[in-house]
Amino acid sequence: MTGQIELGLFVAQVQKSFGSHKALKGVDLEVRKGEFFTLLGPSGCGKTTLLRIIAGLELPDSGHVFLGGRDITRLPAAKRQVNTVFQSYALFPHLNVFENVAFGLKARNVEPPEVRKRVVENLEMLDLLGLEKRYPHQLSGGQKQRVALARALVNNPDILLLDEPMSALDARLRAQVQEDLRRLQRAVGQTFILVTHDQDEAMVVSDRIAVMKDGLVEQVGDPREVYSKPRNKFVAEFLGAANIIQARRDGGRVVTTLGSFDLSTAPQWDEGALAIRPEHILLGDAPQSDANWVQAEVREAIYRGQSLDLWLAAASERNDCLDPLRLRVRTHSKGRLAPGDQVSLFFPPEDLVALENRSLTE
Amino acid sequence: MNKKRPVVAVIAIFSLIFLYVPSLAVAIFSVNDAKYGFIWRGFTWKWYERLLANEAILEAALNSLLAAVVSTLIATVLGTALALGLDRFPWPKRLHRAMDLLVHLPVVTPDIILAAALVLVFSLLRQVSSSFDMGMTTLILGHVTFQISFVTLVVRSRLAALGRDIDEAARDLYATGSYLFLRVTLPLLLPGILAGAMLAFTLSLDDFIISFFAHGPDSVTLPIYIYSSLRRGLNPEIHALSTLMMLATVMLVIIAERLSRFRRQDGA
Repeated sequence: MTGQIELGLFVAQVQKSFGSHKALKGVDLEVRKGEFFTLLGPSGCGKTTLLRIIAGLELPDSGHVFLGGRDITRLPAAKRQVNTVFQSYALFPHLNVFENVAFGLKARNVEPPEVRKRVVENLEMLDLLGLEKRYPHQLSGGQKQRVALARALVNNPDILLLDEPMSALDARLRAQVQEDLRRLQRAVGQTFILVTHDQDEAMVVSDRIAVMKDGLVEQVGDPREVYSKPRNKFVAEFLGAANIIQARRDGGRVVTTLGSFDLSTAPQWDEGALAIRPEHILLGDAPQSDANWVQAEVREAIYRGQSLDLWLAAASERNDCLDPLRLRVRTHSKGRLAPGDQVSLFFPPEDLVALENRSLTE
Repeated sequence: MNKKRPVVAVIAIFSLIFLYVPSLAVAIFSVNDAKYGFIWRGFTWKWYERLLANEAILEAALNSLLAAVVSTLIATVLGTALALGLDRFPWPKRLHRAMDLLVHLPVVTPDIILAAALVLVFSLLRQVSSSFDMGMTTLILGHVTFQISFVTLVVRSRLAALGRDIDEAARDLYATGSYLFLRVTLPLLLPGILAGAMLAFTLSLDDFIISFFAHGPDSVTLPIYIYSSLRRGLNPEIHALSTLMMLATVMLVIIAERLSRFRRQDGA
């Protein structure tokens, strides 16, 4: 028993098609007990379908879902210790806040005093006390979302599923709610699985992120890992701005049109692409000619308040008749740089990532 | 393009007058103290009093009411079940489209064709059982056949407005079977079901064509009674009766309209 309790969720080779569209093409995942896990990907990548399969609202065509060591693939939603916060919240419009939150407990015939106690506990935790008698249409967007959370959490689920729960909130509230959600998950210690297409949101809340594309998982890792060590071009670009540089291997170094670079992890290919985040490229004072240094000219400087974004053209390419490779660098906003300024850029070896040549789905 | 066009407004008002002149005329003559002719002879309630003393009319009214209540109950249950079945069962797409069409078809089929078909079917069934002799049973069955489509259409639009999320949320929260139906599906669907029932009730009360072909001597309804007395000439009592029926219908339509709007809160 004690051994089993630590078992989380396993998804093994799950496939699902809708007509001729393959929504999931054989997904494998492991979600550890107690972690905040995020399925991140563009719309149509299959993340919501996967969530619905975990919830029991959809049957996979093949593959299995295990929870706590038990195969729950064919178990209906009503029999799973898994609860969902729906994108639309799907609160019961004919029930008030208290009755909404109590719904799951009453459906399982929990004794009324116990129902009352647990509902009040959860309302308190989500700062909803005093709203018990309100109906869903009398609540603000943020309140509805907290009722949806309370209604799911009150059942003490093994896994809480969240289907894009922030999409109905305005941008300012969203940032606040993301942090609250992170704290809430820490406080209750339950496994949360979030579906989102917003990489910032995924980064803020998650212990680990699975980046999905076209029905497959491209990369799984903690936010730092998927952000700074993307496996391929898709992950690199989906998680934020990235400079993608074509390169070939030459002995221990990598040669590009910008110059040659040392990498802390040597690439697996002879020809391929490198990625580096704009904020990982450093501005140096004096011109240098060593490896990993590039001379460039500022073409555009965009002041963003918290940062200064530069678009640059490398000096080595300036006379090329082709459109020069444009580099994007994000630097401290105190810097004063203007178009035409010459700068020296340093590409730290540990921040240069050799991408795998092809994405799984290409 | 957006210039104000008084002509359009004038035509609109004339159209409305055109729509309501006949009804208004009947209402006026129902309180006119003159048995014949079109001259105003002063206000009276006497045609209404005579109406209420006329046993044949009262019996017809009772028949109409009985047929409407029973047929509405049957059609509401069947129509709601049909709507739920169409919406919730995972039908193959083509079959679903075909069934959709089959539900809509009776709404646009001319009543007279349905009536003729009913006459045929009842005469066939009469070979099997005498309970299909023209009478109250055939009248009610006839009404149910055209009511079902209307109930189904109204309930389905309510189902579509509700969406599936709430149903899935209930299942996600351990609700199944009758608990799910009684605590979630039915209460949310109720305004649609009531609106559908109200519509079916009105249609039954007003129906003439199908009733004319499906009734028997023991089941003369008000519209049939009015028709047969009109053959004997205009009669202020009938004006009074028509006015009352009109008012009842208007009330029912207003209630149905209110119900379908009632509680249409966004579930989100």
